[in-house]
Amino acid sequence: MDESQERLLDVDGLTVAFPTDEGIVQAVRGVTFSLEPGKVLGIAGESGSGKSVTSLAIMGLLPRSARVAGSVRFRGRELLGLSERALEEIRGRRISVIFQDPMPSINPVYTVGWQVAEAIEMHQDVPKRKAWARAIELLELVGIPRAAERAESYPHEFSGGMQQRVVIATAMANNPDVIIADEPTTALDVTVQAQVLEALKTAQEETNAAVIFITHDLAAMAGIADEIIVMYAGKPVESAPTDEIFYRPRMPYTVGLLASLPRLDTDASEPLRPIPGSPPQVIDLPPGCPFTPRCPLARAKCREEEPELRKFGEGHLTACHFAEELEQKGGEEIFAPIAVDTEVLSG
Amino acid sequence: MANVTGSSEPQRDVGASFGTAATEYAADRAVGAPSEGGPDGVAGRSQLSLAFRRFLHHRMALVGLTIFVLLVATAFIAPHFWKWGYADITPEFATSPDAAHPFGTDTIGHDLFAQVLIATQTSLKTAFIVTVIATILGTVIGAVAGYYGKLADAALMRFTDLVLTVPLLALLLVLANILSKQSGNYLYIAIIIAAVFWTYLARLVRGTFLSLREHDYVLAARAIGARDRRVIFRHMIPNAMGPIVVNATLTVANAILIESALSFLGLGIQPPEVSLGSLINNGQGAATTEWWLFAFPSGVLVLIILAVNFVGDGLRDALDPRQTRVRA
Repeated sequence: MDESQERLLDVDGLTVAFPTDEGIVQAVRGVTFSLEPGKVLGIAGESGSGKSVTSLAIMGLLPRSARVAGSVRFRGRELLGLSERALEEIRGRRISVIFQDPMPSINPVYTVGWQVAEAIEMHQDVPKRKAWARAIELLELVGIPRAAERAESYPHEFSGGMQQRVVIATAMANNPDVIIADEPTTALDVTVQAQVLEALKTAQEETNAAVIFITHDLAAMAGIADEIIVMYAGKPVESAPTDEIFYRPRMPYTVGLLASLPRLDTDASEPLRPIPGSPPQVIDLPPGCPFTPRCPLARAKCREEEPELRKFGEGHLTACHFAEELEQKGGEEIFAPIAVDTEVLSG
Repeated sequence: MANVTGSSEPQRDVGASFGTAATEYAADRAVGAPSEGGPDGVAGRSQLSLAFRRFLHHRMALVGLTIFVLLVATAFIAPHFWKWGYADITPEFATSPDAAHPFGTDTIGHDLFAQVLIATQTSLKTAFIVTVIATILGTVIGAVAGYYGKLADAALMRFTDLVLTVPLLALLLVLANILSKQSGNYLYIAIIIAAVFWTYLARLVRGTFLSLREHDYVLAARAIGARDRRVIFRHMIPNAMGPIVVNATLTVANAILIESALSFLGLGIQPPEVSLGSLINNGQGAATTEWWLFAFPSGVLVLIILAVNFVGDGLRDALDPRQTRVRA
């Protein structure tokens, strides 16, 4: 990350807080990353880890009650605090977003072709007929069969996977520099996930955009991302090139995520090893590492002091006091399989 | 690339945008059409055509629509061919219905059929104007309040509440008294009624928008760079069309009733102009002796209201997306 030539998107110390009746929800607690042109950055984490809020903050689409601090620079230009007018020119044109669930993010009263064409017309001064032709081209590109005909269909006549392709076509309509894909496959059947990922790849190749790929599905990320950031409780806890994350995870949470994946290369009778407990409430976080209650390696220091991200290897950052210990241990040793866990509970 | 002004949409004023939202909807569909005649069955099943099909299966609504169309056609076409004008004094007076005067004549000698035709026209025109004004005003105010929330919502809704707290009939009486004395024009009456009627729709649209606002397609529209105006008029209002259209039909019926009430009280349409209300007023004194003076205008009034309400009922069922049942 030091030797990055041209920085497209620079997020620095981004924090997002929502005041609520129960207290202040610290949804994002300091996210820092930079995105290079044409690269794919994966952001992984469980529900509530602040992944989606981060993407909305970059787009300036958070509700007005959100308190956003830090810095988001796009090609050197600060986006936070920019006027709505200026942001409208960036949204969809320079940075576009693909939402998790395609069905509700397409307007039910318009044909899909209309919606793709709308995105084109909004940012390019082209006649309607040309925008429509381009929309059909885009729909073809993302793999919609008989695109010219299907463009006149309504969203409810499409399957979930086809709808997500429409959303992807809309996102790439203006050749954006950055595409934020916010869990683009989560709401879809496993069988179509791969196809949609393929469409996303096509979109990236076609527009040469950098992609921020947000998901909780590490497996989906493996084949796409150049670099991965793992988030926990609103904060990045590990960041490294994709292979590093998969082969040399240095944060117990990442280790746990990887260990909980079902694997083909092990004995089928091997039980899954889930991470015990659930993610913390981000209201009034106690001091110390937020992963402490679920961490098998936790000790006194973890409860007192929250570890900062520190450099561990080439391009590898981790936020764990005891990252060194993980060099000797694999996930199988750290996280207990389900069966053992219940025995412990009953005994 | 440098030219990202963000909007290819021509600068229109707010009211015009709304007025054309529905027609653009249709027009935009047509834009895509030149590419092909298209194998049918794919393009045809739009929400609108589904709703239309459901409406066609709603028997009472169809009956209502037929009666309404016949009434409108008769009211606007028949006067050109009828032998008497509505202000003509015929030699016969106070005759009961016969071949020469199918609705009879009044005590002065007016042909009641001619008068009812014109009165129906007046009532329909009033209702139309009220509905257009109240619908546009109510939709825009409700949409802005519901979309922006917070201060805009508070200000607009308190204003709406204020208008609603004013006793409707008292306000109408006072205003009508001032305005109608000057001209007796149905246009004034219509504007006065509309000035009160928009409030119901504003509340309805605001409520609808509060829930529509949370839909992801609103966020998605903003994410492709859509301005607020575009989000409201192109993305949200078409989705709120169901309640808006249904409310509009109710407004038609209510406007006719209110106009009749005003005219009945002598404050609406002034002679020599006639409306159904003023005719009923004239006829009420003679309801027992010259029954036709009362019966025909009242009958037409009831017929219109019933027809419009049936249409509204059918529209409500047809536009409800959860409604899957197709009536036989």
